[in-house]
Amino acid sequence: MTAALLPHPLFAGFTGAFEFIFSKQESSVTGGKKVGGIEQVLELAWTQIEVSLLALAVALLIALPLGLWFGHQGAGELVAVGLGNAGRAIPELALIAFVAAIIGVGIVPLTGALAVLGIPPILTNTFVGIRQVDRASVDAARGVGMTEFEIVRKVELPLAVSSIMTGVRGASVNIVATATIAPLVGVVTLGDFILGENVYGVNGVVAGAIVTAILALLFEFALAGLQRRLTSKGLRLQAQ
Amino acid sequence: MRFNHKKPLMALVMLIAALALAVGISACGGGSSTTDENTEATEAETGAAEEGETGEGGGGGEAIVSNPENAKVSLTIGSKNFPEQEILGEIYTQALQAAGYKATSDLSLGSETVALKTLKAGQISGYPEYASTALTSFFGLEPEEVPSDATEAWEKANAELEKEGLVAFEPTPFASANAVGLLKSTAEKYNLKTVSDLEGVSEELSLSGSPECRQRIDCLAGLEKLYGLKFKEFNPVDISFRYTVLEKGQADLSILFTTDPQLAAEKDKFVILEDDKHVFPAGNVIFLTKEKTAEEAGPDYEKTILNVQKGLTLKVMQELDARVELEKQTPKEAAAAYLEAAGYVE
Repeated sequence: MTAALLPHPLFAGFTGAFEFIFSKQESSVTGGKKVGGIEQVLELAWTQIEVSLLALAVALLIALPLGLWFGHQGAGELVAVGLGNAGRAIPELALIAFVAAIIGVGIVPLTGALAVLGIPPILTNTFVGIRQVDRASVDAARGVGMTEFEIVRKVELPLAVSSIMTGVRGASVNIVATATIAPLVGVVTLGDFILGENVYGVNGVVAGAIVTAILALLFEFALAGLQRRLTSKGLRLQAQ
Repeated sequence: MRFNHKKPLMALVMLIAALALAVGISACGGGSSTTDENTEATEAETGAAEEGETGEGGGGGEAIVSNPENAKVSLTIGSKNFPEQEILGEIYTQALQAAGYKATSDLSLGSETVALKTLKAGQISGYPEYASTALTSFFGLEPEEVPSDATEAWEKANAELEKEGLVAFEPTPFASANAVGLLKSTAEKYNLKTVSDLEGVSEELSLSGSPECRQRIDCLAGLEKLYGLKFKEFNPVDISFRYTVLEKGQADLSILFTTDPQLAAEKDKFVILEDDKHVFPAGNVIFLTKEKTAEEAGPDYEKTILNVQKGLTLKVMQELDARVELEKQTPKEAAAAYLEAAGYVE
């Protein structure tokens, strides 16, 4: 069926992968048991989503308050932006191996390592977003007697939403992509297909890559939608 | 803006910091530093000469003679992606170089399906494979059907390989197999000597292995089906962590290799359970190559490989694995030390 839908020779390599995604396949090393199929794909994809959301939440919990604080104070640009940029240079596989060797394997070290990868974009973009808020608005808010905390919450944050969400989206793509290699440290995600060519065959490897890419896109679209909702809320507040 | 005049300088500082951080973490994740390598190499070479182990193993220390005829032939020797394989790949490459071939190595290709594909595509001339892996993974044999006799296994594999234009050279003295390993303390606590002893106990124990172990019939799937064991949980990890999970108490059982240096070096810490139902077939290493390559390369190709592997007994292979995995030498150094100490090269 898929072969008929994708007649172009360019897609010939993908028909096997799509078959792997939707129906179970034979494997030479399992002693007869079939592998793949939509159930297993969804199971592994769901684990990857769970792990990514958890790591994203941890990254937000750490980076968002820091970025807001530094941004509001107007100081620490060196730390906020510099740390953010330096953090982007960290090689993901080496970080995960490093954390696993020191702390151990499992969901906790994995989430920690993924959160570390998610912090830099959020921190930098939050800082820059707050800094770029119109100073006049902030002064006016101070003038009408808002506390510093209220200024951050009611003025700076809504106006910086688009920049912050850009950072969150960047972080989420980083995290989802790296969560792919989680099977090396005890958490079975879609990377299992990519790493296990002996068991799943080359179709499984390609299938794993395809579904991972789809997952990353899903996160991106979901967060883009969220950004749109949050931004219009901010505009509504501004109009009042 | 307050920091304007300092921006270019600060940007440079941050760039250097970022590079240092990236290099630092890569180095930690990767391997040893060069200063360590040099000291380890000299220490190890004197060690090998003193012990004389590598020489007495196979008894054959026939020096390799360089044949100028072989200079016309280019060979690329591959290997799979773990230390023991890389050592073997290096041993064969260096031996063939000594015999006068234009031999280069292309190690760490991946697991067996990738290596076979690379061989068939002609990107490598040959690579060392385990007879048991070839029979189960390439030709679909059940693990119990793999002959325990090395020569029988080799002949059986050769019969299948012939059909694809490939040939396997005779096997090495040593064989390697997967094994269920654990801390000695755990084995004593539950009185475990064989894998069958795990019956009734395994539900309380966690097992760790490579991600692909879950579905393989010569790994977890086999333990569940053929031994009827159910484990509390299975934690997949990269094979480089197979001892770390035991040491850190994150797994009660772990899938180890019988040639692991840790089993010899830390006999009081780690033990393996006897595989009484033969789920983990043992495999001697057989060198796979295309028949055509063997013909074109001349008789020295097979002769050199068979000659140089005569010294690879289980003890010697464990020692070489120890040098790379525990002492952090490179496979190249360990191979060179072996060839020298055994008298194959000067």
